[in-house]
Amino acid sequence: MNTVIMAVVVLGVIAAIFGLILAYASKVFAVEKDPREEAIAGCLPGANCGGCGYAGCGGYAAAVVKGEAPVNKCAAGGESVAAQIAEIMGVAAGDSVKMVAQVHCTGCGADKQKYTYIGVHDCLAAARLPGGGPLSCQYGCLGMGTCESVCPFDAIHVVDGVAKVDEDKCKACNQCVDICPRHIIALEPYKTKKHVTIPCSSKDKGPAVTKVCSNGCIGCSLCAKSCPKEAITMVDNLAHIDYDKCIGCGICAQKCPRKLITVDGKVPVVKPAAPKPAAPAGGVAAAAPAAAPKAETKE
Amino acid sequence: MELLTTLFSVSLGAILVNNFIFAQFLGICPFMGVSKKVDTALGMGVAVIFVMGVASAVCWPINNYILIPNKLVFMQTVTYILVIASLVQFVEMFLQKAVPTLYQALGVYLPLITTNCAVLGVVLQNTQNSYDFITSVVYGITGGIGFLIAIVLFASVRERLDVTMECPKAFEGFPIALITAGLLALAFMGFSGLKVV
Repeated sequence: MNTVIMAVVVLGVIAAIFGLILAYASKVFAVEKDPREEAIAGCLPGANCGGCGYAGCGGYAAAVVKGEAPVNKCAAGGESVAAQIAEIMGVAAGDSVKMVAQVHCTGCGADKQKYTYIGVHDCLAAARLPGGGPLSCQYGCLGMGTCESVCPFDAIHVVDGVAKVDEDKCKACNQCVDICPRHIIALEPYKTKKHVTIPCSSKDKGPAVTKVCSNGCIGCSLCAKSCPKEAITMVDNLAHIDYDKCIGCGICAQKCPRKLITVDGKVPVVKPAAPKPAAPAGGVAAAAPAAAPKAETKE
Repeated sequence: MELLTTLFSVSLGAILVNNFIFAQFLGICPFMGVSKKVDTALGMGVAVIFVMGVASAVCWPINNYILIPNKLVFMQTVTYILVIASLVQFVEMFLQKAVPTLYQALGVYLPLITTNCAVLGVVLQNTQNSYDFITSVVYGITGGIGFLIAIVLFASVRERLDVTMECPKAFEGFPIALITAGLLALAFMGFSGLKVV
Protein backbone atom coordinates (compact mmCIF):
# COMPACT_ATOMS: atom_id res chain seq x y z
CA MET A 1 0.00 0.00 0.00
CA ASN A 2 2.87 2.29 0.87
CA THR A 3 4.36 1.81 -2.55
CA VAL A 4 1.14 2.84 -4.20
CA ILE A 5 0.87 6.01 -2.14
CA MET A 6 4.54 6.71 -2.71
CA ALA A 7 4.14 6.27 -6.45
CA VAL A 8 1.18 8.61 -6.57
CA VAL A 9 2.90 11.22 -4.44
CA VAL A 10 6.20 11.11 -6.34
CA LEU A 11 4.57 11.31 -9.74
CA GLY A 12 2.20 14.01 -8.52
CA VAL A 13 5.05 16.11 -7.16
CA ILE A 14 7.14 15.73 -10.30
CA ALA A 15 4.11 16.62 -12.44
CA ALA A 16 3.35 19.64 -10.27
CA ILE A 17 6.95 20.90 -10.54
CA PHE A 18 6.96 20.56 -14.31
CA GLY A 19 3.53 22.14 -14.46
CA LEU A 20 4.75 25.17 -12.53
CA ILE A 21 7.86 25.47 -14.72
CA LEU A 22 5.72 25.32 -17.84
CA ALA A 23 3.25 27.83 -16.48
CA TYR A 24 6.10 30.20 -15.74
CA ALA A 25 7.69 29.55 -19.14
CA SER A 26 4.43 30.27 -20.93
CA LYS A 27 4.48 33.71 -19.32
CA VAL A 28 8.13 34.33 -20.19
CA PHE A 29 7.92 33.05 -23.72
CA ALA A 30 4.45 34.37 -24.40
CA VAL A 31 4.07 35.39 -28.03
CA GLU A 32 1.78 38.36 -28.42
CA LYS A 33 -0.87 36.96 -30.68
CA ASP A 34 -3.27 39.31 -32.30
CA PRO A 35 -6.75 38.36 -31.07
CA ARG A 36 -8.01 39.12 -34.57
CA GLU A 37 -5.91 36.25 -35.90
CA GLU A 38 -7.85 33.73 -33.86
CA ALA A 39 -11.13 35.39 -34.77
CA ILE A 40 -10.29 35.13 -38.47
CA ALA A 41 -9.13 31.54 -38.15
CA GLY A 42 -12.45 30.87 -36.47
CA CYS A 43 -14.55 31.97 -39.40
CA LEU A 44 -12.41 30.31 -42.07
CA PRO A 45 -13.62 26.92 -43.29
CA GLY A 46 -10.68 25.17 -41.64
CA ALA A 47 -10.18 22.77 -44.53
CA ASN A 48 -6.54 23.87 -44.92
CA CYS A 49 -6.89 23.47 -48.69
CA GLY A 50 -4.09 25.95 -49.38
CA GLY A 51 -6.05 27.56 -52.19
CA CYS A 52 -5.15 31.00 -50.84
CA GLY A 53 -1.45 30.25 -51.26
CA TYR A 54 -0.70 30.14 -47.55
CA ALA A 55 0.10 27.17 -45.36
CA GLY A 56 -3.38 26.31 -44.21
CA CYS A 57 -6.11 28.47 -42.75
CA GLY A 58 -3.94 29.54 -39.82
CA GLY A 59 -1.23 30.81 -42.14
CA TYR A 60 -3.75 32.80 -44.13
CA ALA A 61 -5.28 34.28 -40.96
CA ALA A 62 -1.82 35.39 -39.83
CA ALA A 63 -1.13 36.93 -43.25
CA VAL A 64 -4.42 38.83 -43.21
CA VAL A 65 -3.68 40.27 -39.79
CA LYS A 66 -0.23 41.33 -40.95
CA GLY A 67 -1.85 43.03 -43.91
CA GLU A 68 -0.04 40.83 -46.41
CA ALA A 69 -3.14 39.15 -47.75
CA PRO A 70 -6.46 40.58 -48.90
CA VAL A 71 -9.54 39.56 -46.95
CA ASN A 72 -11.21 37.91 -49.92
CA LYS A 73 -8.58 35.30 -50.72
CA CYS A 74 -10.45 32.33 -49.30
CA ALA A 75 -11.94 30.74 -52.38
CA ALA A 76 -13.61 27.90 -50.53
CA GLY A 77 -15.36 30.22 -48.07
CA GLY A 78 -16.50 32.63 -50.72
CA GLU A 79 -18.07 35.98 -50.15
CA SER A 80 -19.68 35.27 -46.79
CA VAL A 81 -16.32 34.44 -45.22
CA ALA A 82 -14.71 37.44 -46.91
CA ALA A 83 -17.40 39.66 -45.40
CA GLN A 84 -16.82 38.21 -41.93
CA ILE A 85 -13.06 38.69 -42.18
CA ALA A 86 -13.55 42.20 -43.48
CA GLU A 87 -15.72 42.96 -40.46
CA ILE A 88 -13.00 41.69 -38.11
CA MET A 89 -10.32 43.65 -39.90
CA GLY A 90 -12.52 46.72 -40.17
CA VAL A 91 -12.09 47.14 -43.90
CA ALA A 92 -14.48 46.93 -46.77
CA ALA A 93 -14.51 43.53 -48.39
CA GLY A 94 -14.09 45.26 -51.71
CA ASP A 95 -15.95 44.20 -54.77
CA SER A 96 -14.50 40.74 -54.60
CA VAL A 97 -14.49 40.11 -58.31
CA LYS A 98 -14.84 36.43 -59.06
CA MET A 99 -11.65 35.21 -60.63
CA VAL A 100 -11.47 32.20 -62.87
CA ALA A 101 -8.57 30.38 -64.45
CA GLN A 102 -8.30 30.77 -68.19
CA VAL A 103 -6.31 28.53 -70.47
CA HIS A 104 -4.60 30.74 -72.98
CA CYS A 105 -4.68 28.34 -75.86
CA THR A 106 -7.47 27.35 -78.19
CA GLY A 107 -5.89 24.03 -79.06
CA CYS A 108 -6.18 24.76 -82.75
CA GLY A 109 -2.58 23.70 -83.23
CA ALA A 110 -3.06 20.45 -81.34
CA ASP A 111 -2.92 18.32 -84.48
CA LYS A 112 0.41 19.80 -85.52
CA GLN A 113 2.98 17.71 -83.72
CA LYS A 114 6.73 17.63 -84.23
CA TYR A 115 6.94 13.97 -83.36
CA THR A 116 4.80 11.23 -81.92
CA TYR A 117 4.95 11.22 -78.18
CA ILE A 118 4.78 7.84 -76.52
CA GLY A 119 5.36 8.22 -72.84
CA VAL A 120 3.87 9.12 -69.52
CA HIS A 121 0.59 10.89 -70.17
CA ASP A 122 1.62 13.93 -68.22
CA CYS A 123 2.42 17.47 -69.32
CA LEU A 124 5.31 17.83 -66.87
CA ALA A 125 7.02 14.80 -68.38
CA ALA A 126 6.30 15.79 -71.97
CA ALA A 127 7.51 19.36 -71.40
CA ARG A 128 10.95 18.03 -70.45
CA LEU A 129 11.52 16.60 -73.90
CA PRO A 130 13.61 18.42 -76.49
CA GLY A 131 11.72 21.39 -77.91
CA GLY A 132 9.50 21.49 -74.85
CA GLY A 133 7.26 18.65 -75.92
CA PRO A 134 5.78 17.15 -79.06
CA LEU A 135 3.58 20.12 -79.92
CA SER A 136 4.79 22.24 -82.83
CA CYS A 137 3.69 25.41 -81.07
CA GLN A 138 6.05 25.89 -78.17
CA TYR A 139 3.48 27.93 -76.28
CA GLY A 140 0.43 25.77 -76.71
CA CYS A 141 -1.46 23.46 -74.38
CA LEU A 142 0.05 19.98 -74.35
CA GLY A 143 -3.38 18.58 -73.51
CA MET A 144 -2.24 15.76 -71.26
CA GLY A 145 -4.35 16.92 -68.38
CA THR A 146 -1.86 17.59 -65.59
CA CYS A 147 -4.05 20.56 -64.67
CA GLU A 148 -7.05 18.27 -64.67
CA SER A 149 -5.39 15.94 -62.19
CA VAL A 150 -4.49 18.70 -59.73
CA CYS A 151 -7.82 20.54 -59.84
CA PRO A 152 -9.55 19.98 -56.49
CA PHE A 153 -12.87 21.23 -57.84
CA ASP A 154 -13.18 19.16 -61.03
CA ALA A 155 -13.31 22.45 -62.94
CA ILE A 156 -10.75 21.92 -65.70
CA HIS A 157 -10.91 19.25 -68.34
CA VAL A 158 -9.03 18.43 -71.50
CA VAL A 159 -11.44 18.57 -74.41
CA ASP A 160 -10.15 17.89 -77.92
CA GLY A 161 -6.53 18.21 -76.85
CA VAL A 162 -6.84 21.45 -74.95
CA ALA A 163 -7.67 22.21 -71.35
CA LYS A 164 -10.95 24.02 -70.78
CA VAL A 165 -12.07 25.64 -67.54
CA ASP A 166 -15.59 25.29 -66.25
CA GLU A 167 -16.12 28.86 -65.04
CA ASP A 168 -18.92 27.92 -62.66
CA LYS A 169 -16.89 25.31 -60.84
CA CYS A 170 -13.57 27.15 -60.85
CA LYS A 171 -12.67 28.56 -57.44
CA ALA A 172 -9.50 30.33 -58.60
CA CYS A 173 -7.32 28.26 -56.29
CA ASN A 174 -4.29 28.61 -58.58
CA GLN A 175 -3.40 24.90 -58.55
CA CYS A 176 -3.58 24.53 -62.34
CA VAL A 177 -1.83 27.87 -62.83
CA ASP A 178 1.09 26.65 -60.75
CA ILE A 179 1.40 23.18 -62.24
CA CYS A 180 1.17 24.03 -65.96
CA PRO A 181 4.67 23.60 -67.42
CA ARG A 182 3.76 25.91 -70.28
CA HIS A 183 2.51 28.66 -67.94
CA ILE A 184 -0.48 29.29 -70.16
CA ILE A 185 -3.11 29.26 -67.44
CA ALA A 186 -3.77 32.51 -65.62
CA LEU A 187 -6.44 33.89 -63.37
CA GLU A 188 -8.68 36.51 -64.93
CA PRO A 189 -11.45 38.53 -63.35
CA TYR A 190 -14.65 36.98 -64.54
CA LYS A 191 -17.24 39.61 -65.18
CA THR A 192 -20.77 38.36 -65.10
CA LYS A 193 -21.68 40.61 -68.02
CA LYS A 194 -19.10 39.88 -70.64
CA HIS A 195 -15.76 38.25 -70.23
CA VAL A 196 -13.33 39.02 -73.00
CA THR A 197 -10.26 36.82 -73.24
CA ILE A 198 -7.41 36.28 -75.64
CA PRO A 199 -6.76 32.55 -75.52
CA CYS A 200 -3.25 32.45 -76.93
CA SER A 201 0.18 32.55 -75.33
CA SER A 202 2.38 32.56 -78.41
CA LYS A 203 5.14 35.13 -78.39
CA ASP A 204 6.22 34.13 -81.88
CA LYS A 205 5.94 36.47 -84.83
CA GLY A 206 3.02 36.17 -87.22
CA PRO A 207 4.44 33.80 -89.86
CA ALA A 208 5.76 31.41 -87.24
CA VAL A 209 2.37 31.32 -85.54
CA THR A 210 0.43 30.66 -88.75
CA LYS A 211 2.66 27.67 -89.44
CA VAL A 212 1.76 25.89 -86.22
CA CYS A 213 -1.72 27.10 -85.40
CA SER A 214 -4.85 28.09 -87.27
CA ASN A 215 -5.93 30.90 -84.99
CA GLY A 216 -3.06 31.90 -82.71
CA CYS A 217 -2.30 35.56 -82.08
CA ILE A 218 -0.07 36.90 -84.83
CA GLY A 219 0.57 40.16 -83.08
CA CYS A 220 -1.17 42.31 -85.74
CA SER A 221 -2.33 44.71 -82.98
CA LEU A 222 -5.68 45.34 -84.70
CA CYS A 223 -7.41 44.68 -81.41
CA ALA A 224 -5.19 47.11 -79.57
CA LYS A 225 -5.89 49.79 -82.15
CA SER A 226 -9.62 49.16 -82.16
CA CYS A 227 -10.10 49.14 -78.39
CA PRO A 228 -12.00 52.29 -77.35
CA LYS A 229 -10.59 52.11 -73.81
CA GLU A 230 -6.99 51.32 -74.77
CA ALA A 231 -7.24 48.23 -72.62
CA ILE A 232 -5.20 46.04 -74.95
CA THR A 233 -1.44 46.25 -75.13
CA MET A 234 0.97 44.32 -77.30
CA VAL A 235 3.80 42.58 -75.46
CA ASP A 236 6.13 40.23 -77.35
CA ASN A 237 3.79 39.86 -80.34
CA LEU A 238 0.94 38.95 -78.07
CA ALA A 239 -2.12 40.98 -77.10
CA HIS A 240 -2.83 41.46 -73.41
CA ILE A 241 -6.05 42.76 -71.88
CA ASP A 242 -5.97 45.07 -68.91
CA TYR A 243 -9.12 44.00 -67.13
CA ASP A 244 -9.29 47.20 -65.10
CA LYS A 245 -9.94 49.04 -68.32
CA CYS A 246 -11.87 46.45 -70.32
CA ILE A 247 -15.59 47.18 -70.56
CA GLY A 248 -16.47 44.00 -72.42
CA CYS A 249 -17.61 45.76 -75.59
CA GLY A 250 -16.18 42.99 -77.75
CA ILE A 251 -15.00 45.26 -80.56
CA CYS A 252 -11.57 43.66 -80.41
CA ALA A 253 -13.15 40.26 -80.87
CA GLN A 254 -14.93 41.45 -83.98
CA LYS A 255 -11.78 42.99 -85.39
CA CYS A 256 -9.51 40.03 -84.73
CA PRO A 257 -8.57 38.57 -88.12
CA ARG A 258 -7.73 35.24 -86.48
CA LYS A 259 -11.12 34.84 -84.76
CA LEU A 260 -9.15 34.32 -81.59
CA ILE A 261 -10.61 36.74 -79.07
CA THR A 262 -13.71 35.43 -77.36
CA VAL A 263 -16.51 37.11 -75.44
CA ASP A 264 -18.05 34.84 -72.82
CA GLY A 265 -16.23 31.93 -74.40
CA LYS A 266 -17.62 32.54 -77.90
CA VAL A 267 -16.17 34.21 -80.93
CA PRO A 268 -18.77 36.90 -81.64
CA VAL A 269 -20.65 36.79 -84.89
CA VAL A 270 -19.36 39.63 -86.96
CA LYS A 271 -22.00 42.10 -87.99
CA PRO A 272 -22.15 42.29 -91.79
CA ALA A 273 -21.94 46.07 -92.00
CA ALA A 274 -18.93 46.84 -89.88
CA PRO A 275 -16.25 44.38 -90.91
CA LYS A 276 -16.48 44.77 -94.69
CA PRO A 277 -14.32 47.85 -94.88
CA ALA A 278 -12.30 46.70 -91.90
CA ALA A 279 -11.36 43.24 -93.08
CA PRO A 280 -9.40 44.24 -96.20
CA ALA A 281 -7.72 46.93 -94.14
CA GLY A 282 -6.56 44.22 -91.79
CA GLY A 283 -4.67 42.73 -94.69
CA VAL A 284 -5.78 39.19 -93.98
CA ALA A 285 -7.86 38.27 -96.96
CA ALA A 286 -8.51 34.75 -95.87
CA ALA A 287 -10.40 35.80 -92.79
CA ALA A 288 -12.94 38.00 -94.53
CA PRO A 289 -14.61 35.46 -96.85
CA ALA A 290 -14.62 32.94 -94.08
CA ALA A 291 -16.35 35.36 -91.80
CA ALA A 292 -18.93 36.65 -94.23
CA PRO A 293 -20.91 33.46 -94.90
CA LYS A 294 -20.78 32.61 -91.22
CA ALA A 295 -22.28 35.96 -90.39
CA GLU A 296 -25.01 35.58 -92.96
CA THR A 297 -26.13 32.19 -91.77
CA LYS A 298 -26.36 33.34 -88.18
CA GLU A 299 -28.21 36.55 -88.86
CA MET B 1 41.23 8.49 -19.76
CA GLU B 2 39.02 5.51 -19.23
CA LEU B 3 36.01 7.81 -19.14
CA LEU B 4 37.02 9.33 -22.47
CA THR B 5 37.30 5.89 -24.04
CA THR B 6 33.88 4.96 -22.71
CA LEU B 7 32.41 8.20 -23.98
CA PHE B 8 33.98 7.70 -27.38
CA SER B 9 32.72 4.19 -27.71
CA VAL B 10 29.25 5.23 -26.52
CA SER B 11 29.20 8.09 -29.03
CA LEU B 12 30.37 5.90 -31.88
CA GLY B 13 27.73 3.37 -30.98
CA ALA B 14 24.95 5.95 -30.80
CA ILE B 15 25.87 7.72 -34.03
CA LEU B 16 26.80 4.85 -36.31
CA VAL B 17 26.55 1.31 -35.01
CA ASN B 18 23.28 1.57 -33.08
CA ASN B 19 21.87 4.50 -34.99
CA PHE B 20 18.43 5.17 -33.59
CA ILE B 21 16.81 5.29 -36.98
CA PHE B 22 18.69 2.79 -39.08
CA ALA B 23 19.65 0.17 -36.52
CA GLN B 24 16.99 0.47 -33.82
CA PHE B 25 14.11 1.79 -35.94
CA LEU B 26 13.07 4.29 -33.29
CA GLY B 27 11.64 7.69 -34.13
CA ILE B 28 10.46 6.75 -37.60
CA CYS B 29 7.47 9.12 -37.48
CA PRO B 30 9.40 12.42 -37.62
CA PHE B 31 11.99 10.68 -39.79
CA MET B 32 9.38 10.11 -42.50
CA GLY B 33 7.35 13.22 -41.80
CA VAL B 34 9.90 16.01 -41.68
CA SER B 35 12.36 14.74 -44.27
CA LYS B 36 10.98 16.43 -47.36
CA LYS B 37 13.39 19.34 -47.20
CA VAL B 38 16.95 19.39 -45.91
CA ASP B 39 16.36 22.67 -44.06
CA THR B 40 13.47 21.44 -41.96
CA ALA B 41 15.19 18.08 -41.47
CA LEU B 42 18.18 19.94 -40.06
CA GLY B 43 15.92 21.91 -37.72
CA MET B 44 14.17 18.75 -36.59
CA GLY B 45 17.51 17.03 -36.03
CA VAL B 46 18.78 19.88 -33.88
CA ALA B 47 15.53 19.93 -31.89
CA VAL B 48 15.83 16.19 -31.30
CA ILE B 49 19.48 16.53 -30.20
CA PHE B 50 18.41 19.17 -27.73
CA VAL B 51 15.42 17.25 -26.37
CA MET B 52 17.39 13.99 -26.15
CA GLY B 53 20.29 15.64 -24.35
CA VAL B 54 18.11 17.51 -21.87
CA ALA B 55 15.82 14.51 -21.36
CA SER B 56 18.83 12.36 -20.50
CA ALA B 57 20.14 15.00 -18.13
CA VAL B 58 16.79 15.45 -16.36
CA CYS B 59 15.79 11.80 -16.25
CA TRP B 60 19.07 10.59 -14.78
CA PRO B 61 18.75 12.40 -11.42
CA ILE B 62 15.04 11.65 -11.26
CA ASN B 63 15.77 7.97 -11.75
CA ASN B 64 18.76 7.79 -9.42
CA TYR B 65 17.68 10.13 -6.63
CA ILE B 66 13.91 9.73 -6.64
CA LEU B 67 12.79 6.51 -8.25
CA ILE B 68 15.52 4.06 -7.16
CA PRO B 69 15.70 5.13 -3.47
CA ASN B 70 11.91 4.95 -3.23
CA LYS B 71 11.82 1.55 -4.97
CA LEU B 72 9.69 3.02 -7.73
CA VAL B 73 11.70 1.71 -10.67
CA PHE B 74 8.48 0.33 -12.19
CA MET B 75 7.37 3.95 -12.62
CA GLN B 76 10.24 4.71 -14.99
CA THR B 77 8.32 4.73 -18.23
CA VAL B 78 5.47 6.91 -17.06
CA THR B 79 7.82 9.34 -15.31
CA TYR B 80 10.02 9.59 -18.38
CA ILE B 81 7.01 10.27 -20.58
CA LEU B 82 5.96 13.02 -18.21
CA VAL B 83 9.44 14.55 -18.29
CA ILE B 84 9.71 14.35 -22.08
CA ALA B 85 6.23 15.77 -22.64
CA SER B 86 6.98 18.74 -20.40
CA LEU B 87 10.35 19.28 -22.09
CA VAL B 88 8.83 19.27 -25.54
CA GLN B 89 6.18 21.74 -24.42
CA PHE B 90 8.97 23.92 -23.13
CA VAL B 91 11.01 23.65 -26.33
CA GLU B 92 7.88 24.45 -28.33
CA MET B 93 7.22 27.62 -26.36
CA PHE B 94 10.84 28.62 -26.61
CA LEU B 95 11.00 28.06 -30.37
CA GLN B 96 7.76 29.90 -31.01
CA LYS B 97 9.23 32.89 -29.26
CA ALA B 98 12.83 32.68 -30.40
CA VAL B 99 12.80 31.05 -33.86
CA PRO B 100 9.26 31.38 -35.27
CA THR B 101 10.32 30.29 -38.75
CA LEU B 102 11.73 27.01 -37.49
CA TYR B 103 8.63 26.62 -35.32
CA GLN B 104 6.42 26.92 -38.39
CA ALA B 105 8.61 24.65 -40.49
CA LEU B 106 8.50 21.89 -37.89
CA GLY B 107 4.76 22.29 -37.55
CA VAL B 108 2.91 19.35 -36.07
CA TYR B 109 6.06 17.25 -35.82
CA LEU B 110 7.45 19.28 -32.97
CA PRO B 111 4.68 18.23 -30.54
CA LEU B 112 5.16 14.76 -31.97
CA ILE B 113 8.64 14.60 -30.43
CA THR B 114 6.62 14.11 -27.25
CA THR B 115 5.66 10.69 -28.43
CA ASN B 116 8.92 10.17 -30.27
CA CYS B 117 10.06 6.76 -29.18
CA ALA B 118 13.68 7.68 -29.91
CA VAL B 119 13.61 10.14 -27.03
CA LEU B 120 11.93 7.70 -24.69
CA GLY B 121 14.27 5.02 -26.02
CA VAL B 122 17.39 6.97 -25.19
CA VAL B 123 16.42 7.54 -21.56
CA LEU B 124 15.27 3.96 -21.08
CA GLN B 125 18.52 2.68 -22.58
CA ASN B 126 20.46 4.97 -20.26
CA THR B 127 18.77 3.24 -17.34
CA GLN B 128 19.12 -0.25 -18.78
CA ASN B 129 22.83 0.19 -19.44
CA SER B 130 23.20 1.90 -16.01
CA TYR B 131 25.21 4.74 -17.51
CA ASP B 132 26.47 7.42 -15.15
CA PHE B 133 25.33 11.02 -15.55
CA ILE B 134 27.93 12.19 -18.06
CA THR B 135 27.67 9.07 -20.18
CA SER B 136 23.88 9.40 -20.17
CA VAL B 137 24.01 12.97 -21.43
CA VAL B 138 26.63 12.09 -24.04
CA TYR B 139 24.57 9.11 -25.15
CA GLY B 140 21.51 11.35 -25.44
CA ILE B 141 23.30 14.02 -27.46
CA THR B 142 25.13 11.61 -29.74
CA GLY B 143 21.92 9.64 -30.23
CA GLY B 144 20.42 12.90 -31.41
CA ILE B 145 23.40 13.49 -33.69
CA GLY B 146 22.82 10.04 -35.16
CA PHE B 147 19.20 11.01 -35.76
CA LEU B 148 20.32 14.29 -37.36
CA ILE B 149 22.72 12.51 -39.70
CA ALA B 150 20.07 9.97 -40.65
CA ILE B 151 17.32 12.50 -41.31
CA VAL B 152 19.55 14.91 -43.26
CA LEU B 153 20.93 12.11 -45.44
CA PHE B 154 17.42 10.88 -46.05
CA ALA B 155 16.06 14.35 -46.79
CA SER B 156 18.83 14.92 -49.35
CA VAL B 157 17.87 11.72 -51.11
CA ARG B 158 14.18 12.59 -51.01
CA GLU B 159 14.76 16.05 -52.45
CA ARG B 160 16.35 14.34 -55.41
CA LEU B 161 13.62 11.74 -55.63
CA ASP B 162 11.04 14.50 -55.91
CA VAL B 163 12.58 15.96 -59.05
CA THR B 164 13.27 12.74 -60.90
CA MET B 165 10.35 11.44 -62.85
CA GLU B 166 11.48 7.85 -63.22
CA CYS B 167 9.59 6.54 -60.24
CA PRO B 168 6.70 4.20 -61.12
CA LYS B 169 3.34 5.69 -60.23
CA ALA B 170 2.58 3.06 -57.61
CA PHE B 171 5.77 3.92 -55.74
CA GLU B 172 5.45 7.70 -55.74
CA GLY B 173 5.66 9.46 -52.39
CA PHE B 174 5.88 7.37 -49.25
CA PRO B 175 6.43 3.91 -50.77
CA ILE B 176 9.64 4.94 -52.50
CA ALA B 177 10.63 6.90 -49.39
CA LEU B 178 10.27 3.77 -47.28
CA ILE B 179 12.32 1.77 -49.77
CA THR B 180 14.98 4.48 -49.70
CA ALA B 181 15.00 4.35 -45.91
CA GLY B 182 15.46 0.60 -46.09
CA LEU B 183 18.41 0.95 -48.46
CA LEU B 184 19.99 3.56 -46.20
CA ALA B 185 19.51 1.22 -43.25
CA LEU B 186 21.26 -1.52 -45.24
CA ALA B 187 24.15 0.85 -45.85
CA PHE B 188 24.35 1.56 -42.13
CA MET B 189 24.61 -2.17 -41.48
CA GLY B 190 28.15 -1.74 -42.73
CA PHE B 191 28.97 -0.10 -39.42
CA SER B 192 27.82 -3.03 -37.32
CA GLY B 193 30.65 -4.66 -35.47
CA LEU B 194 32.61 -1.43 -35.25
CA LYS B 195 34.15 -1.40 -31.77
CA VAL B 196 36.54 0.64 -29.72
CA VAL B 197 38.81 -1.86 -28.06
